[in-house]
Amino acid sequence: MRIGVFICHCGSNIGGTVDCAKVAEKAALFPDVVYATDPMYTCAEPGQATIESAIAEYRLDGIVVASCSPRMHEPTFRRTVERAGLNRYMLEMANIREHVSWIGKDVESNTNKAAELVAIAVAKLRGNTPLHSKSFEVNKRVLVIGGGVAGIQAALDCADGDIPVVLVEREATIGGKMAKLDKTFPTVDCSACIVGPKMVDVAQHPLIALYALSEVEEISGYVGNFTVKIRKRAPYVDWDKCTGCGACSVKCPSKKTPDAFNEFTGVTTAIKVAFPQAIPKKAVITAAHCRQMSRGKCGVCAKVCPTGAVNYDMEDVIVTEEVGSIVAATGYDLMDWTVYKEYGAGRYPDVITSLQYERLLSGSGPTCGHIRRPSDGREPRIIVFIQCVGSRDRSIGRPQCSGFCCMYTAKQAVLTKDHLPESQSYVFYMDIRAPGKMYDEFTRRAVEEYGVEYVRGRVSCVYPDGKGAYSVMGVDTLLGRPVEITADLIVLAVGIEGSRGAGELAEKLRISYDNCGFFMESHVKLKPVETNTIGVFLAGVCQGARDIPASVAQGSATAAKVLGLFARDRLENDPQIACVDMRRCVACGKCVRCCPFGAIEEVSVRDEQKAHVIETVCQGCGLCAATCPQGAVQLAHSTDNQILAEVNTLCRY
Amino acid sequence: MNDAIVITQRDTVFMKDVDAQSSQKVSACYQCGNCTAGCPASFVYDMQANQIMRGVQLGLKEAVLNCRSLWMCLSCSTCSLRCPNSIDVAAVMETLRHMARRQNRITVPNVEKFWHSFLDTVRVCGRTYEIGVMALYILRSLRVFTDLDLAPEVLKKNKLPFMPHVVQNGGAAAIGRIMRRYKERAEREGVRP
Repeated sequence: MRIGVFICHCGSNIGGTVDCAKVAEKAALFPDVVYATDPMYTCAEPGQATIESAIAEYRLDGIVVASCSPRMHEPTFRRTVERAGLNRYMLEMANIREHVSWIGKDVESNTNKAAELVAIAVAKLRGNTPLHSKSFEVNKRVLVIGGGVAGIQAALDCADGDIPVVLVEREATIGGKMAKLDKTFPTVDCSACIVGPKMVDVAQHPLIALYALSEVEEISGYVGNFTVKIRKRAPYVDWDKCTGCGACSVKCPSKKTPDAFNEFTGVTTAIKVAFPQAIPKKAVITAAHCRQMSRGKCGVCAKVCPTGAVNYDMEDVIVTEEVGSIVAATGYDLMDWTVYKEYGAGRYPDVITSLQYERLLSGSGPTCGHIRRPSDGREPRIIVFIQCVGSRDRSIGRPQCSGFCCMYTAKQAVLTKDHLPESQSYVFYMDIRAPGKMYDEFTRRAVEEYGVEYVRGRVSCVYPDGKGAYSVMGVDTLLGRPVEITADLIVLAVGIEGSRGAGELAEKLRISYDNCGFFMESHVKLKPVETNTIGVFLAGVCQGARDIPASVAQGSATAAKVLGLFARDRLENDPQIACVDMRRCVACGKCVRCCPFGAIEEVSVRDEQKAHVIETVCQGCGLCAATCPQGAVQLAHSTDNQILAEVNTLCRY
Repeated sequence: MNDAIVITQRDTVFMKDVDAQSSQKVSACYQCGNCTAGCPASFVYDMQANQIMRGVQLGLKEAVLNCRSLWMCLSCSTCSLRCPNSIDVAAVMETLRHMARRQNRITVPNVEKFWHSFLDTVRVCGRTYEIGVMALYILRSLRVFTDLDLAPEVLKKNKLPFMPHVVQNGGAAAIGRIMRRYKERAEREGVRP
């Protein structure tokens, strides 16, 4: 084998603390190395040209590039060697930047370590063989999980690109949190009026199949060929017959059912359509509160339904869908705000969450848009907004900023003044975070035009004053004095976390999630909508706090990714996968059981059971190679012999 | 008094000392003010709890160690309970109080006199003896009529017994020994007992 070695200076990034020329000098003496040099920037065009000409001139059949992390430039150099006529896997990289030059200042030891890493790479390269990808068919359908505004946008954009979409929504209606909002900042336009038409578009689009009141049960397969089992929960109403006329809920006698859509600020009937603009506009029975289903005595809705759609014996149905890509857009839920005992959260009726306040403001809410205190129905005069409840609070394990609370608090304070001109709002804040377009101008308008009083400080406690109001004990840190406000209503800007059950879904999708239930993107900056599972993309708040414009943008971004993926009819797999040596395999089945991707099957070869790797499913994790007691499974490009060669190079004695 | 603070000339060691002695991380404070918001003694403070934290961060050693607030602090720990960054603010206050005391900066001497009066009764009885505390405090501070208006009500409710409740079975003597050992150590180390 004829090997060429290129020691990159990366300007002063590596050259500053590594003697690259000396490393190249040492590398020239390693076995099979016929050429070694130290270009200034190997990844730049002249650097790549050096590699190409060296391959031709010295008839190289493998090269080692010692530079930065392969995460960054391995694809670049693979293309380079391919252009020069070599197989793209005849390349090895030694990371002498992140692993050497950036972490130490001692030039001599750095140079030695860099030379050792290069020696290891050379030893591995000597065992490399050309590898070739296999191609497979792509099922050009996409599953979108979550029908909030991000999921809706992703579904519509994919469907407009002629990709059939399966949209799964857990609740009875799509629209997500946005459908619950009264107005949106900074324009103060009606939320339901702008998301409503999009919801209708989803319902009417011929390429979108909508599963409401459904959840993803199981996901198997791989990019291009996922199989998804979806549990359609029983609404106890035949949706094919239901017209959404609402006759059932008018007559339903169980009128004290907690209203989840209204964030439990009011009560509703056991059978109902979620809200007037619901998509699909179909009735659902809350089984726990239905008299017929809990006590077996009632049946009023079944009698009044003009189409005979009510069916108390309905059961969940599991349907299976085949898709080629998945978009997760599962959104968020509020964190458990009742941990704030000092605010009486969950205990005092007039201490409510911002989402509950949003329902009080909404014309379709429990009070028809009149702001009334939950305790006695009176109009509040003094309203206190407390920000950062469950955000930026390390003491309860929520160090992150929830991002949009500053803006919606300003919006709610403005709306409060619109609804109740005699009222006075106070906002306790720590910092106003308003970096969006027209955002800071909006918060200033709240202060200057609407007379909202901003107090810079946190609130220590809230307690009832015994006369029907609440004492709010806060501080104005700008003056350095405690302040006390007697308030009628207290609105907490509660922090957010990943949607209920996000962790379980992440495990089904085989993607990572953080301790607040937010899904992890593939790269914070450069791959914000991709995940580490190819073919699975993220849209909206399920990845981290963001507002509506950003969620919509991300919804569209995932659609672009899906359309890009589906632009090709066939996909190529990564050939760095496991392969089984049939002669050694004793069919013990250990590899089949340990494979997390279900990529190994047992096949019969001349009446003998043998393990067989399904090449397009294998992700090359190497678990089977480590498990196989016979050494029959080897990972291409990282065989046992290659790893041993690397170890032997480093530990010669 | 409002001259600009020359931040570059501040005492950079001060915060490290406070951190080390209190086992807290004062730099974690982001000035939300929750400590001040909940402080029941804030109305007599000359420097609020959050301002003291800021003073420590900025290394304003003189201002912090000379403030009255250190001595008016009730050590109720509401500040520590409320702190979103889990800083034990009361421990920081306690540390600062010790620092001030070691340097003879007793900004509110009556508070220290009260503590001594309280500890004197504990040394003898093994637990507090209220009338004894009162008598010693009046002698030390010469504030003869302080809180005397409360006495009739308290006496009526039998909350102020005339005889001390001494800890039995040698307990009082044992507590006295603990306090003597402490005093000896303080003398050995040359700090105020």
